[in-house]
Amino acid sequence: MDLENQARIKSFCEQYGNEDFIVVLGGGEAEASGLAAETVSTGDPTFAGPLAGVSLGLKAYHMFELKDEVDAAVYEEQIAMMEMVLEMDAIIEEVKNYRG
Amino acid sequence: MNFPVLKGASYALVQANDMIIHQGSTSLSEQKLSPDSEYLKLLPTRLRSFEDCVNYAPNQVYIGNKRPKDLNGIEAPWYENSPKGASREGKHGEIMPLDEFLGLMKAVDAFELVLLEESFQKAVEPKLLAHPVVGGWKFLEKLGKGHAAQAQIDELVAGHLAEPMYCEGKLVGCVKKAHEFDAALSEHVMFENLVSKASAAFCLELLLQKTDLDRTDVGYIIECSEEACGDMNQRGGGNFAKAIGEVCGCVNATGSDTRSFCAGPAHALVEAAALVQAGIYKNVVVLAGGSCAKLGMNSKNHIAKGLPVLEDVMGAFAVHVGENDGVSPVIRTDIVGQHTIGSGGSPQAVMQALVANPLDRAGLKIGDVDTFSTEMHDPGVMVPAGAGNVPEANYKMIAALGVMRKEFEKSQLPEILAKISMPGYAPPQGHIPSGVPFLAHMKDLMAEGELNRVMIVGKGSLFLGRLTNLFDGVSFIVEKNSGVVESGSVDKDSVRAMIAEAMADFAASLRVQDTVDERPHSSHRHSAE
Repeated sequence: MDLENQARIKSFCEQYGNEDFIVVLGGGEAEASGLAAETVSTGDPTFAGPLAGVSLGLKAYHMFELKDEVDAAVYEEQIAMMEMVLEMDAIIEEVKNYRG
Repeated sequence: MNFPVLKGASYALVQANDMIIHQGSTSLSEQKLSPDSEYLKLLPTRLRSFEDCVNYAPNQVYIGNKRPKDLNGIEAPWYENSPKGASREGKHGEIMPLDEFLGLMKAVDAFELVLLEESFQKAVEPKLLAHPVVGGWKFLEKLGKGHAAQAQIDELVAGHLAEPMYCEGKLVGCVKKAHEFDAALSEHVMFENLVSKASAAFCLELLLQKTDLDRTDVGYIIECSEEACGDMNQRGGGNFAKAIGEVCGCVNATGSDTRSFCAGPAHALVEAAALVQAGIYKNVVVLAGGSCAKLGMNSKNHIAKGLPVLEDVMGAFAVHVGENDGVSPVIRTDIVGQHTIGSGGSPQAVMQALVANPLDRAGLKIGDVDTFSTEMHDPGVMVPAGAGNVPEANYKMIAALGVMRKEFEKSQLPEILAKISMPGYAPPQGHIPSGVPFLAHMKDLMAEGELNRVMIVGKGSLFLGRLTNLFDGVSFIVEKNSGVVESGSVDKDSVRAMIAEAMADFAASLRVQDTVDERPHSSHRHSAE
């Protein structure tokens, strides 16, 4: 996960606490999305960024999982095409693993 | 209308194993953060030989000895199954080993910043003088003098006054800082910029040798790498383009640098086409050298998975855009796509802006385009790194866009994908894979009647510069030349008719002006100014 994003998420978490705080992912690949979910949950497994050894316990969801939570027209315009492009089921399955 | 044409393109790779360790950003970051890491211990043991690098099939495609679709016939992983006995010299370019390249860096250094150890320099000089492409460069004279002692190099590097130049694990030279404390002229920045300049100059020379472009006919050079040269008062002042053209004796050329991360080359090609079509310059070269920082960028993942370090080459390219010759592929400057500030950043919005919108304006459909050259990253490098198959993802998005636009049914996706796809083969050096690697192959395939219309797509991640979260991209259509070159000249009768029409318009405008001037100056008219 991008080191700058790790720093921003850590900073938000310190500012707002980790309750009512979820991370929405837009990753295009299962392994990388899972890595991001793991990073914000139990810490950076690559030990490269600010979340190395830091367990924020945040729940991450891929945007595909939040389809019913957003305006259908916006989803259609911005995301729907990617359902045909990405391995949607594999991504969701991988991200779910890190929500405990 | 006479559109400009793509007259030729050349491609260079430089294998730079030692730079992966000493100048690659991944290795340097690790040395800072975890100097005792397992990765750093394993890195020197996972480097490929020059022979393996030359044989690697995607590299052979990049320099033109194989076609992109030939890769479909080679079983993965390509680093294990590429045919042996390949040549470093290709139809469209060449792969250069590191020792020769370090010699080139000294040759193109205008400020005596590069020092090479005496025996190393003496060994490299004859190789470069005998080199079929660069052997004639007058700047090679620098290799006959200024030999440095090992102790001098050791001392400069140890004192952090110079960036080390290693070859096969041995310290053989260095690049000195160009100012006592100016960060923009530090030894590391000067090293990166000299790498970029030397590799681009090599590739420009390849273009001059492999095509009929005369060096004195080059009018303008647009350099579009991702480096910046300047000093502390103008960190990206430039100008790489003229510095590179000078090496190759393009004495009648001027030039400038264009930047937009990985989208830079596509922007530069559109600019080149516009300059030629406007008649400002007859021959424009778009070029870029390689990046040493990106060497081994994904090597942590590759090493963790037991692979060799596959990002061991720096890429370069040079493309000649000229006036319509009735033969070369035509750049349709009337079918240009652009990701605007208001386009939006989702992949769907990006594809709409870059692919669908320009086609709509031209009355074309996705199915009217034979293939697309997008981000042609080598999947053999990217997939094991967890970054996915980049060109495949682009093709899937283009095909899915066609479904969204009801050009074809969802069930037709596999068939459409098979038609428009080709495997990626370019080293992931940012600007290098972005649309341009296919241009020389495209020219050949159009000449053979295999292709008629191709879309070139460049995309860039501007957020990396931390000034904006915007995305970027530019696209354009290239078509097989119809063979018709419009003369552009007019006969005397046409000229008389045009003058008569212009005079009539002028007379009419005077009558209107008289009427307007007779009125009092109203606030409405004032605000309209």
